[in-house]
Amino acid sequence: MITVFIIILGIIMILAAIIAVMSKNLLTAIISSGVISLLASIIYLILSAPDVAMTEAAIGSGLTTIVFLYALSRIKKINKEIDDD
Amino acid sequence: MIKRLLIIVVIILLIVIFLPFMKNVILKDSLNELSSGYVEKSVSDLKTANIVTAVVVTFRGLDTLGEVTVLFIATAGVGLLLKRKKGEKSKKSDKRPASEILQTGASFLFPLTILFGVYIFLHGHLTPGGGFQGGVIIASAFLLLLLSNINFQFNHTVLHWVESLSGAFYVLLGLLGLILLGSFLNPKFLPLGTLGTLFSAGAVPLIYSFIGLKVGSELSNILDSMRGAEE
Repeated sequence: MITVFIIILGIIMILAAIIAVMSKNLLTAIISSGVISLLASIIYLILSAPDVAMTEAAIGSGLTTIVFLYALSRIKKINKEIDDD
Repeated sequence: MIKRLLIIVVIILLIVIFLPFMKNVILKDSLNELSSGYVEKSVSDLKTANIVTAVVVTFRGLDTLGEVTVLFIATAGVGLLLKRKKGEKSKKSDKRPASEILQTGASFLFPLTILFGVYIFLHGHLTPGGGFQGGVIIASAFLLLLLSNINFQFNHTVLHWVESLSGAFYVLLGLLGLILLGSFLNPKFLPLGTLGTLFSAGAVPLIYSFIGLKVGSELSNILDSMRGAEE
């Protein structure tokens, strides 16, 4: 039962990874890479590694996503300024 | 076309390299000598209920010091690259204030999240988690504040002092172990107490608290410089 659950999570992770690489929209790519980390943290929890799961959930899906979003909005702003000039 | 072909060749090579690892994997039922030593010593010698913490802070303490250093260098790099130019004060940007729901939720959740982060690193030797996890949770509390309040500014003096002092005290505690007991980052110079209580495991909770403060202030600093550069 647990094995099936882990396999399903793994398949979703692989799909999210493919979306993150292939997607033309950067926002979609960032969100789906956050999803990968979130699912990885669930798998760590099932494999009884709560310490790693906490780190992965907080850093991987929380802070990294936000830092990427900040970077994206910065890039958009710079592109806009170049267009305006 | 050649690019496609190369990608396929690389994938096949990777499969050839990693397939033997998958085939020859042996799942062990028992711990090997090193890991059983860690498991026994962390309970009997160090009185640390969470074995992961005993390994991270004590047995592999030097690696943790290296990790903290890496994080410090990364923060310094981000701060250097995204340095705010002086004099170029932010021309009132067209940022909208955060919605009512976010503001109310953030003001309610901020103290609780800080408290939870402090709990995580203070109880690092008893329950899962520790300095790194607690520090990241504290940083995410500050992130909530940054998102909900567009005019919020960090007090940089406090942030820098917390970061520098906690890093310095971490190394000092390690040196204290070296001077008193003859090995770097040996936490046994404080009374070990009884297994499972808050004041146990010697200096492990102290060391992890300093790591937590350092990680929290460093990550808040990264978030602040990412946001500050945006203006």
